[in-house]
Amino acid sequence: MAEAHPVGFQWVMEAKLRGAKVFHVDPRFTRTSALADTYLPIRAGTDIALLGGIVHYILDNQLDFREYVLAYTNAATIVSEEFADTEDLDGFFSGYDPGTEAYNQRSWQYAGQEDTTGYRAAHEERDVAAGLRHESHGIPVGGQVQRDETLQHPRCVYQLLRRHFARYTPEMVERTCGIPREKFLELARAWTENSGRERTGVLIYSVGWTQHSVGVQYIRTGAIIQLLLGNMGRPGGGVLALRGHASIQGSTDIPTLFNLLPGYLPMPHCTHHTTFTDWVDAIRHPGQKGFWSGARAFGASLLKAYWGDAATPENDFCYGYLPRMTGDHGTYQTVLNMIDGKVKGYFLLGQNPAVGSAHGKAQRLGMANLDWLVVRDLFMIESATFWQNSPEVETGEIVPEECRTEVFFIPAASHVEKEGTFTQTQRLLQWREKALDPPADARSELWFFFHLGRIIREKLAASDRHRDRPVLDLAWDYPTHGEHAEPSAEAVLKEINGYEVATGRPLSAFTEAKDDGSTVVGCWIYTGVYADGVNQAARRKSRHDQDWVAAEWGWAWPANRRILYNRASADPDGRPWSERKKYVWWDADRAEWTGYDVPDFEKTKPPTYRPPEGASGVQGLAGDDAFIMQGDGKGWLYVPSGLQDGPMPTHYEPAESPIRNPLYGQQANPTRKVYGHPVNSVNPSPPQSHTDVFPYVFTVSRLTEHHTAGGMSRMVSRLAELQPEMFVEVSPELAGELGLDHLGWAHLISGRAAIEARVLVTDRLTPLRLDGRVVHQVWLPYHFGREGIVTGDSVNDLFGITLDPNVLIQESKVGTCDIRPGRRPTGAALLALVDDYRRRAGLTGGRPPIVTTDAPEREG
Amino acid sequence: MGVKTFIQGWPVYRQLTGTDPLGRGAAAQSARSAALTARTETADHMARSVCPYCAVGCGQRVFVKDGQVTQIEGDPDSPISRGRLCPKGSASKNLVTSPLRQTTVRYRRPYATEWEDLDLDTALDMIADRVIAAREATWEDADEDGRPLNRTLGIASLGGATLDNEENYLIKKLFTALGALQIENQARI
Amino acid sequence: MIEANSLSGPLDPAPEAGWVDAPPRLGFFTDTSVCIGCKACEVACKEWNGVPDSGFDLLGMSYDNTGALTANSWRHVAFVEQPRPAGHRTAPFAGNPTGEAVSPASAAVAAGTAADTGTTPGMPAGQPAAAARMAGGPEFLGMPGAQPPGRGTGPESRTDFRWLMMSDVCKHCTHAACLDVCPTGSLFRTEFGTVVVQEDICNGCGYCISACPYGVIDQRKGDGRAWKCTLCYDRLGAGQTPACAQACPTESIQFGPVDELRERAAQRVAALHERGVPEARLYGHDPTDGVGGDGAFFLLLDEPEVYGLPPDPVVTTRDLPKMWKRAGLAALAMAAAAVAAFVGGSS
Repeated sequence: MAEAHPVGFQWVMEAKLRGAKVFHVDPRFTRTSALADTYLPIRAGTDIALLGGIVHYILDNQLDFREYVLAYTNAATIVSEEFADTEDLDGFFSGYDPGTEAYNQRSWQYAGQEDTTGYRAAHEERDVAAGLRHESHGIPVGGQVQRDETLQHPRCVYQLLRRHFARYTPEMVERTCGIPREKFLELARAWTENSGRERTGVLIYSVGWTQHSVGVQYIRTGAIIQLLLGNMGRPGGGVLALRGHASIQGSTDIPTLFNLLPGYLPMPHCTHHTTFTDWVDAIRHPGQKGFWSGARAFGASLLKAYWGDAATPENDFCYGYLPRMTGDHGTYQTVLNMIDGKVKGYFLLGQNPAVGSAHGKAQRLGMANLDWLVVRDLFMIESATFWQNSPEVETGEIVPEECRTEVFFIPAASHVEKEGTFTQTQRLLQWREKALDPPADARSELWFFFHLGRIIREKLAASDRHRDRPVLDLAWDYPTHGEHAEPSAEAVLKEINGYEVATGRPLSAFTEAKDDGSTVVGCWIYTGVYADGVNQAARRKSRHDQDWVAAEWGWAWPANRRILYNRASADPDGRPWSERKKYVWWDADRAEWTGYDVPDFEKTKPPTYRPPEGASGVQGLAGDDAFIMQGDGKGWLYVPSGLQDGPMPTHYEPAESPIRNPLYGQQANPTRKVYGHPVNSVNPSPPQSHTDVFPYVFTVSRLTEHHTAGGMSRMVSRLAELQPEMFVEVSPELAGELGLDHLGWAHLISGRAAIEARVLVTDRLTPLRLDGRVVHQVWLPYHFGREGIVTGDSVNDLFGITLDPNVLIQESKVGTCDIRPGRRPTGAALLALVDDYRRRAGLTGGRPPIVTTDAPEREG
Repeated sequence: MGVKTFIQGWPVYRQLTGTDPLGRGAAAQSARSAALTARTETADHMARSVCPYCAVGCGQRVFVKDGQVTQIEGDPDSPISRGRLCPKGSASKNLVTSPLRQTTVRYRRPYATEWEDLDLDTALDMIADRVIAAREATWEDADEDGRPLNRTLGIASLGGATLDNEENYLIKKLFTALGALQIENQARI
Repeated sequence: MIEANSLSGPLDPAPEAGWVDAPPRLGFFTDTSVCIGCKACEVACKEWNGVPDSGFDLLGMSYDNTGALTANSWRHVAFVEQPRPAGHRTAPFAGNPTGEAVSPASAAVAAGTAADTGTTPGMPAGQPAAAARMAGGPEFLGMPGAQPPGRGTGPESRTDFRWLMMSDVCKHCTHAACLDVCPTGSLFRTEFGTVVVQEDICNGCGYCISACPYGVIDQRKGDGRAWKCTLCYDRLGAGQTPACAQACPTESIQFGPVDELRERAAQRVAALHERGVPEARLYGHDPTDGVGGDGAFFLLLDEPEVYGLPPDPVVTTRDLPKMWKRAGLAALAMAAAAVAAFVGGSS
């Protein structure tokens, strides 16, 4: 955190000053470790084993916050008797279908709901990364469940969890993660001691956690611990994701993602969402509890925002205009399709996949097989110059004279040259004032897309074809201003917020959205950001003039709430758990919820409220159902539905690992997304043969001095001079084994590429002992590429493409490689080196097509 | 400047007649030093902004003088950052004023070995033509069972995590209307 | 009047330099125990003061690629990797299959790296032996062995480790030798008690370089003038905080009246001692030290030498009245160059 989010780290330092104990778990000793009380080196890719060890410790010693767990989690809920655990099936849950490499989740459901909930065709849900939809709300389950409040029922969640994690002992943690037992116990003790009415603990992760073939389950394990210890919805608690881009939260909420529409509404699927009603019901799941029951109003209001006057109740608000998914249309599948000549044009908007995405060669070959590429950036990045200056140009795999891709570089406006909102990592929207006009041809994205749309609409204006109606009917009349006709960002924000069609009155809350076409709402979870016609995200009341929650600085979704599920900060009766941890509580005199934050609960629903039989939606939430977006109103220790790889987290080895899974016969996540394309490959892992060809583990992350793929730091001299070269950090022990010298060179080889780096031999890296065997891991920064003030090889070139099955994010935090002293060869010799390794590792399949100068036309 | 003023401004005069006979402090202060003030004080205006790097969301104050950014520093009012910035945030002025910034359109023809210049309006028009053509060539009305698809898989986009919500909103809205599904950003990576 | 000006001992420097009704003396207290080594101070300083690049070389001195305070780097974050315990913290590598520590050897290798900072004397190659001592800490016995890093066959000994980080800066001495030797009046004492080079006056003679007991002052090539931290004199005049202190995420760099900072520093040391960090100590805070105390002082977690700081800095002009002659200055120049080299190899 000190390394990648230094200013956020000031709050950790504040906590330390107040006596908090800080533990840092990382494969390498970082600037965060330097300030932590205890540092735990871990083998990359084994976090579930570590966290599962904590779950085991909590349950084995009965250290859960029982009152919280009973009231607010699904610990007491009874699961189907058809369920079988990984303990029974050697690493599989019940329902696995080897044919589709996915689960039929019937047996995972709550008892009595086997026929109504859960993914049936999970492989289809995997292809559309369905897990992502649940960022704003829970997953469909029936509201009425069977419970055993004594937690003794053998199939209650609490007992299932105990059994599932029974073998995650301190010894197993040591064997799997390489974390010595005493260190583990120190962490376990400290974490569990900070639990209960008076105390909380917080778990902070950076989003490298998501870049694993089991990434979602990492976070799930953290959530289980935090629920067991009563650390959710309370001040000083939580699972905090430190995201790494200024508005990556915003770009998920208002998604530039293939499978989502704004506010986590799913992009319709061709077969599952044929009609508007199918689509809405798939979201709201009739019968479940919670606020998602308003899905029809959210959906109708979004379509009304898109197609304005053309969208009417009679035509289902132009639902028929929406494109339909049929499978995986994610960025990695798309890149493979590019290599195969199936994609004509590609826009890159402040993104540099030639350096930042896994398998750089695949990225660059994909771009080399397009008809045209539009790059919008501040600087001439590697993704714009792949045809001119790339490893493939060096090896002859891309020949500029034979590469047909037409490239447009369109300069972008910087953050000070346009106005608009970023949504930062705690869901807070902050409006930026514009300081000055962008230089020369530089323009905002708002300008570029508004005018691109305007021109396309003009060019298609005479069309009477069905396919062009969505373009021509689009509500695309934003007011513009200034010399360049810049669209009004505030007008767009108002549309995002939503308003009444008849009066133009901005809505104040998403509960005002209507399903009859009388409201427009561009992103329902953002409703309120323009309440009362005031840009709430632009609020800048000084921290000196308000309390510590600072509710009048910017605006957080939903409803300006700063801590989600904060009903849980009070006990079931609505009283603060303790004076010290007071946050939101029930004021009996005024018969309403009150506190420092906006209560995350119906304001006047008393803690004693119990829903009438058969109630659903909001009415179905009891006065102690603190997790109001969940289908059963509870925090989930066990996930009956919505995850691909199991209802409980399970340790699987990374797709590339030097060791055998110590816990199960199943080596890696059986549901991970794998691509069989010839450009892609996976280095062998046990029990496969030839695993000695790539004996070392490498992991990658950020340096304080650089940013992501380097486009905003390698080009900036102030930052470039601080970390001027690509390097690899190795332990003294590995340096000795390989003959690497401090400040000398080394090259690293995987089944995809070979890269070189300067060597830093440092005591900050350590070998790990696993089951008597020593495993070495090395670390590299992923910021370097061929352009800019400082340059170097890109470590993402080493990775292949294997994805998490829930969200289709790639495993790019751990892989295997070989390491040799000295610089890598160049040209044909470089290809020969990688080929030799591939041959020795038994990786079959030739290299992919290089450049298709005449790609076959796709059949329409 | 009168002779007297000139002489009074002469360091040796000040040294000999003032409180600083060794000439190490008040007497040694040059006219430039005496006139120095923070350029944030003399800026034409200040915009309240947010750091463009990671997602902590630190407040920034952007000072502008004569149409140039002259300083970007932390906003002390921010409850998130309390006026502080990391090295990247502190380098924001360098980011936006960098001489390496590409501020004009560049165009690479198919099979070309060099960039060439292109007018922005022309570029936009050409891109619009290419979007329409790619959509034409790859349009899918319905699947083999006649279920509607309304889409093109011939156009893809990547990016958005560094952009504004309003920008992402328009990007998604336009591409969705065009039937382009393969719209992705860093959140997938 | 002349007798009232002293060149040693405690005093309040601004009134001493002729400022009537001077504001309280302002300075920095840099608490290295909370430094996260982010280098925001380096960047914020360069951005505010328009300081040029200081070279794009990988130095291998841990994460320090700045190397030294120079005319082109007015803040410098030193990183020291040491196989030593840090306060009460659990040993980071206890239980791991580690061998002999490499920190001293890596530091020794890095000390041999010279880099062009665009300044002179800039950052000449340092002394491998001194660098190894720093990285090894006081208990380090002698030079790293003939073995290259990591090839030793020692016992499993490398369990403890700490990573020291420290943002160094001009000390704004109470008795500032640089100022005393400046023949042009370019260096002067401001009303805030700080020491500033006036760029419109400096003629590049370089006397100040040899005078500085800390090896801070340095000349910019092509320009010839001396440049260093001004404690953001322009910002102070406007009632603002210096750029580095304002940026510092963890309040490692604290800015304010020196009297207040000294109190705060004393409390911080006491608190650290109480919390089991006995190695915490102050550096440069003492008005009776060889330079009359520094306007920019530090809380360190090891001996000053480990951070490249002279253990007992003495104002090089204390005996100035007796030795005001060219030969003396030449000798001082040599002494200062040695200090600079020492700093260069510091981390």
